[in-house]
Amino acid sequence: MAEPKTKYDRQLRIWGEQGQAALEKASICLLNCGPTGSETLKNLVLGGVGSITVIDGSKVEVGDLGNNFMVDESSVGQSKAKCVCAFLQELNDAVKAKFIEEYPEALIETTPSFFSQFTLVVALREANVMLIFARSYGLTGFVRISLKEHSVIESKPDHFLDDLRLNNPWPELRRFAESIDLDTQDSVAHKHTPYVLILVKMAEQWAKSHGGSLPSTREEKKEFKDLLKAKMVAMDEDNYKEAIEASFKVFAPRGISPDLQQILNDNRAEVDSNSSDFWGDGGCSEGSFIPSGISLLHSNLEFIANQGGGEAPLEGSIPDMTSSTELYVNLQNIYQAKAEADFLSIEQRVCRYRSIEDEFNSPILPELQKYLTDEDYSSVAIGFYILIRAVDRFAANYNSFPGQFDGGMDEDISRLKTTAVGLLSDLGCNGSTLTEDLINEMCRFGASELHAVAAFIGGIASQEVIKLITRQFVPMSGTFVFNGIDHKSQLLSL
Amino acid sequence: MAETPAQLSRSRDLDKLLLRPGNLIGANFEPGEELRDDIGKYAKVLVLGAGGLGCELLKDLALSGFQNLEVIDMDRIEVTNLNRQFLFRFEDVGKPKAEVAAKRVMERVSGVNIKPHYCRIEDKELDFYSDFSIIVLGLDSIEARSYINAVACSFLEYDSDDNAREETIKPMVDGGTEGFKGHARIILPGVTPCFECTIWLFPPQVKFPLCTLAETPRTAAHCIEYAHLIKWDEVHSGKAFDPDEAEHMKWVYNEAVKRAVLFGIPGVTFSLTQGVVKNIIPAIASTNAIISAACALETLKLASGCSKTLSNYLTYNGAEGLHTKVTEFVRDKDCLVCGPGVLIELETSITLQKFIDLLEEHPKLLLSKASVTHQGNNLYMQAPPVLEEMTRSNLNQVLFDLMGKTAKSILHVTGTTSKNDKKFSTLRKLRVVFKGVDGVTDMDTAGGA
Repeated sequence: MAEPKTKYDRQLRIWGEQGQAALEKASICLLNCGPTGSETLKNLVLGGVGSITVIDGSKVEVGDLGNNFMVDESSVGQSKAKCVCAFLQELNDAVKAKFIEEYPEALIETTPSFFSQFTLVVALREANVMLIFARSYGLTGFVRISLKEHSVIESKPDHFLDDLRLNNPWPELRRFAESIDLDTQDSVAHKHTPYVLILVKMAEQWAKSHGGSLPSTREEKKEFKDLLKAKMVAMDEDNYKEAIEASFKVFAPRGISPDLQQILNDNRAEVDSNSSDFWGDGGCSEGSFIPSGISLLHSNLEFIANQGGGEAPLEGSIPDMTSSTELYVNLQNIYQAKAEADFLSIEQRVCRYRSIEDEFNSPILPELQKYLTDEDYSSVAIGFYILIRAVDRFAANYNSFPGQFDGGMDEDISRLKTTAVGLLSDLGCNGSTLTEDLINEMCRFGASELHAVAAFIGGIASQEVIKLITRQFVPMSGTFVFNGIDHKSQLLSL
Repeated sequence: MAETPAQLSRSRDLDKLLLRPGNLIGANFEPGEELRDDIGKYAKVLVLGAGGLGCELLKDLALSGFQNLEVIDMDRIEVTNLNRQFLFRFEDVGKPKAEVAAKRVMERVSGVNIKPHYCRIEDKELDFYSDFSIIVLGLDSIEARSYINAVACSFLEYDSDDNAREETIKPMVDGGTEGFKGHARIILPGVTPCFECTIWLFPPQVKFPLCTLAETPRTAAHCIEYAHLIKWDEVHSGKAFDPDEAEHMKWVYNEAVKRAVLFGIPGVTFSLTQGVVKNIIPAIASTNAIISAACALETLKLASGCSKTLSNYLTYNGAEGLHTKVTEFVRDKDCLVCGPGVLIELETSITLQKFIDLLEEHPKLLLSKASVTHQGNNLYMQAPPVLEEMTRSNLNQVLFDLMGKTAKSILHVTGTTSKNDKKFSTLRKLRVVFKGVDGVTDMDTAGGA
């Protein structure tokens, strides 16, 4: 047996021992082990989740050998769940792998409480069970997280948006900057003063002589940079060069961006009305790193309005910069202390997700219309989204998917077109149409599952599962629609 | 639902895409059973690397209808591979990756033949590479990508209007990952930017100035690099540091801790020490799966034309939410690697030795220890010794004669160039023109004759 710590070394460097412990406690259930689901589980078993349960009532067919690596010739005619489970167990003996040879639909019908034992179900919004849908269909497919709410412990921004607050320093940082006199330092100290302190001091000075405001016009910005240059006493002062390069951080407007402010205002209204139909699907973000389209909750909003003084909570890490050891370490401590204080002020960082049922029955109409009329990037993705739903309706009406069998293609194309138009009208988008090309392609796909597409979708699904279980990193929001034609895939917020 | 015979075929799903006509397709798509069979029988795909991406790629390509695959990897399996390189088991540790990966995929996917090569990519001749329809890159270093890019571009020929000749284009599909991020791209030399055209996408590795390490350490990494690069040599005069030697690593860690305590710097751990010293890149199964799948899908589309292709660079970032983006980069027309070649005018009297000396001083090349190849013939090889001995007598001969007395021709030279004090193997294409020869005009493409 390998030392588990060594085996998992490359991932421990990402989510740490805490994240790994969470994975090892998780129990995952997979409904239907086609290639998409099998590939999803493969990535999770390798990472060392606690246990998996594969539920599938079907037998392995010859056709399955062409797109699922977890079955082979000896599996034909046997339980698919059993074969997939056996291969998965081979990958990692630390994982408890089980299978149930039964159709999930039947299980849901007879014993719905069965699913509440799991941490996460791949493919019911049962209490406290996370659910993720993943599906591949020809050159398209989608991934959708469905759970009531989710709290992120650490969002771990992987690159500094350089939230250094140079334009709005808090008292401790300001005091630290004040303790240094750039004009009387000896030359060694002068070239080892971190640029953060230089900029805080210079910005303060500027504000004093400009009625409290910071440089904003092009001329003012240039003047500010010239002032920095004038402070240099030698050509090799890298800290001053860094200060000049980073001076745009002083010019940035204080507080959060107007776009984000708008989102917050919208959200606040909804949260206050206690609506369960929360704006958009949300991942939630800690700190100042706030990806667009992510809904923040109460506590975060309250923070920005109150303790934060208009700013989001500080993330706290600082980039390396030219500096003496002492000043750098002190500076680091000041940022860390502020981040910890901000952290304590936030009770919880929670994301809520709209139910899939709500999305399906009443998508957010303005968003839907926006996507449908966007001729540029997303038109194919939204087209696929509508068509994936249309083929299900088609299958319910005609007992097979369009193009599933050879022959009758022309009839299927016109039926799918009618079905899609009907669906769009039910969603409130009368008069919207999809391109003939896309409808034809969808019929050509004929419910096929290509291995490469399944591996892509399964990869995305497993990535999101890891984020949900470790409670680190921000999970995706909305419905991810895969566009395998030119890879212009998209996340839709509906 | 009745089962038709198609349902009984292992290509049940793939057939939908390869046998049926489509609307959003590539230029030369001719759907039919012949296309499917050709992909199986005649398309030869080379996978470079049998690691995190390579294992996935071999599986994905084998299940995308390709039956002739070869794979090169110079590494042996390590325990730290097992969290993502799913073709390897604990019992395989120590065995060559290429061999185990090939065997495992062949065991599970019948009809697929995978030939493993346990060697460096530089060990193979140009002829070896010219044999493949598509080269798929699952590599982890910039240098290796750069090398193979130059190899693929060396096959490229231009017509007299400086347009790439289609039959000489060797397509590459490249993937790369780090943690929750990754990229997939298509390189069609002469059509889309090659690796070298967009080399700026890969920023140089951060190196700490020695004075920072010695005088003003600020981060845990500075303390570790001080112990590794400065203190080690001070204490172990002459004894080389070996990162795979557990005792050495432990020593560096202890020294780094001492230094961190001295300067009041937090964060030195044994794991970080290993990470910094060995430049370990965090890696997980899911990101590799995503990027490899995108690469395999593009390979299938390039080979079959069954759909449009990625144009030409996909980035994926799953660290905060989920972001995918397609960017269409443009070629650098003056690119030394995928462009028509560096033009060199020569006297007909120059010897091969003089020519090799000239390469070292040529401002666009600065290539030392060059080996020279003309239309697949080795004119001079620096290594291996057997070849060196065989070709040594050419050095004193006249190059013009060695090249068959053609006025214009293409030469391939490999050698070393140095950049930031590091040496790299480099392959360059030269467009050689001999002065004063009334040869055939407009023979820019003599290399293909």
